[in-house]
Amino acid sequence: MSTQSQAAAQRPAGTAERPAAATRSRTPRAADVDRLPWLLVPLLALLALPLVGSLPSWVTLTVAGLAMGMIIFIIASGLTLIFGLMDVLNFGHGVFIALGAFVAVSVLGPMGALTGSASMAANLVAVGAAMLAAMAVAGAIGYVFERLIVRPVYGQHLKQILITMGGMIIGEELIKVVWGPEQIPLPLPQGLRGAYIVGDAAIEKYRVIAVVVGLAVFVAMLFVLNRTKIGLLIRAGVQDREMVESLGYRIRRLFVGVFVAGSALAGLGGVMWGLYQQNVIPQMGAQVNILIFIVIIIGGLGSAGGCFVGALLVGLMANYTGFLAPKVALFSNILLMVAILLWRPQGLYPVAKR
Amino acid sequence: MSDAPLLALAGVHTHIGAYHILHGVDLDVPAGQTTLLLGRNGAGKTTTLRTIMGLWTASAGQVRFDGQDITKRATPEISQAGIAYVPESMGIFADLTVRENMVLAARGARDADAIDAERLRWIFELFPAMQKFWNHPAGLLSGGQKQMLAVSRAIVEPRKLILIDEPSKGLAPSIVRNMLSAFLQLKSAGATILLVEQNFAFARQLGDTVAVMDDGRIVHRGAMAALVEDEALQGRLLGLSLGAHQ
Repeated sequence: MSTQSQAAAQRPAGTAERPAAATRSRTPRAADVDRLPWLLVPLLALLALPLVGSLPSWVTLTVAGLAMGMIIFIIASGLTLIFGLMDVLNFGHGVFIALGAFVAVSVLGPMGALTGSASMAANLVAVGAAMLAAMAVAGAIGYVFERLIVRPVYGQHLKQILITMGGMIIGEELIKVVWGPEQIPLPLPQGLRGAYIVGDAAIEKYRVIAVVVGLAVFVAMLFVLNRTKIGLLIRAGVQDREMVESLGYRIRRLFVGVFVAGSALAGLGGVMWGLYQQNVIPQMGAQVNILIFIVIIIGGLGSAGGCFVGALLVGLMANYTGFLAPKVALFSNILLMVAILLWRPQGLYPVAKR
Repeated sequence: MSDAPLLALAGVHTHIGAYHILHGVDLDVPAGQTTLLLGRNGAGKTTTLRTIMGLWTASAGQVRFDGQDITKRATPEISQAGIAYVPESMGIFADLTVRENMVLAARGARDADAIDAERLRWIFELFPAMQKFWNHPAGLLSGGQKQMLAVSRAIVEPRKLILIDEPSKGLAPSIVRNMLSAFLQLKSAGATILLVEQNFAFARQLGDTVAVMDDGRIVHRGAMAALVEDEALQGRLLGLSLGAHQ
């Protein structure tokens, strides 16, 4: 029997209706999602309410915490997928944050007419352009970073740590060469300054925007991961990349795509972090690196959903403790990480690895 | 029918790190037949399958499939050439649903609706549990159901050759009987299968041809019927390692 005919013979003759089960389109695992970690976010917020004492202050702190959490999520989401997919410990992720922020400085600088306008729409056009430019530059540099720095050390964790940290140092120095070593102000555009007053609570406009952008990124990421074949491949690759290859998919290409997208998201997060802090320094990536590693460890390495919950918890914890006990704030997120790992040693959403 | 085997290994050596595992494996897998690869633990059976799939690269020798040299090809290319692989670990994506596992295995399908309906019905007839648990996370399936899913993925699209590594391992006898029945149907549909197995009672009912490995080499090849008839040969070749499973 020829190979063609025997391959065809592996299938019975005759026509058949598609089984009803095969055409169902309900969300996978909708009924089986572990919701317990998600409840930690409102639980933490509610626990903080009596400690803060004042409802307006609590609202302000909660929105600030959510905004900070969203920005951290944007930055960390790419890193957790990069680790999950290829076991790559990229300690150089922070350089893309700084790069994004400095690109925003260069883009927003000449756009004084738009950033100086009191119109929020004009401001958002300028910030949107800065975000797109930052993502493009960070993504492009991410591609080069993967080719030159990460690719030679696949599967060698110690070398990955050393060489990616080295890559970050070089990146920081290159930023100093282009933009100088000094701190540069990155003021919020005119229309994004100030706060909305809700009752007695003041909610800063920019924080609301950060929450909206963070949610948009999260929803887009969920859509890609859960509703597209590329997303399916990423989720499968995080669990067992060898099997994905055995099914006929080139996971290296997929990984390069995820690395570039993760770098671009870090660039976007850098713009948002820079505007949140209203200044940028070449070392800002290294400063945020610690937070993002805490977030991806809390969330479960490789889990986008866990990263989201972890980022919100870290953002809220930093803001509540910063208000209640500033000295504790310095290590509050370490305490949070320890508490969560005592409860779930693999993080909130452990990824089922082969 | 062409006389050339669908898959042919000639003098294949494989090293894993400092260990020399395969010492010149010669193996032919004829088209349209089920070839059993038997041998004790550590004989090199799994390494042979992984070497065919390119998961470990042969350090010497040649692997030819469907007239092409695939020795140095990457795993995705080998899969795309028409080889399906069911590893001993089953390789199930536990966090994905049964449906998502199947969509991934059907390379040409963007979603479940694009999977060939006729083929899917055939799979559901072979393994009704796949239909029942279609939208359930694969990690929640029993061991037997996971094995059914692993085999279902291998046959969701036409493949020229299916490599299966110890499908009966760790399964309850009733599940093994179901699996045997499914393989017999697969075989009668004309599939070419290279099956690694330690359960000789299972293997003898499926195999057309048999190869026995020991210490990284093929030490016997021939018709399964001849091996089944010759108890002395069974004892010499398979010994305690397989006898324990009968």
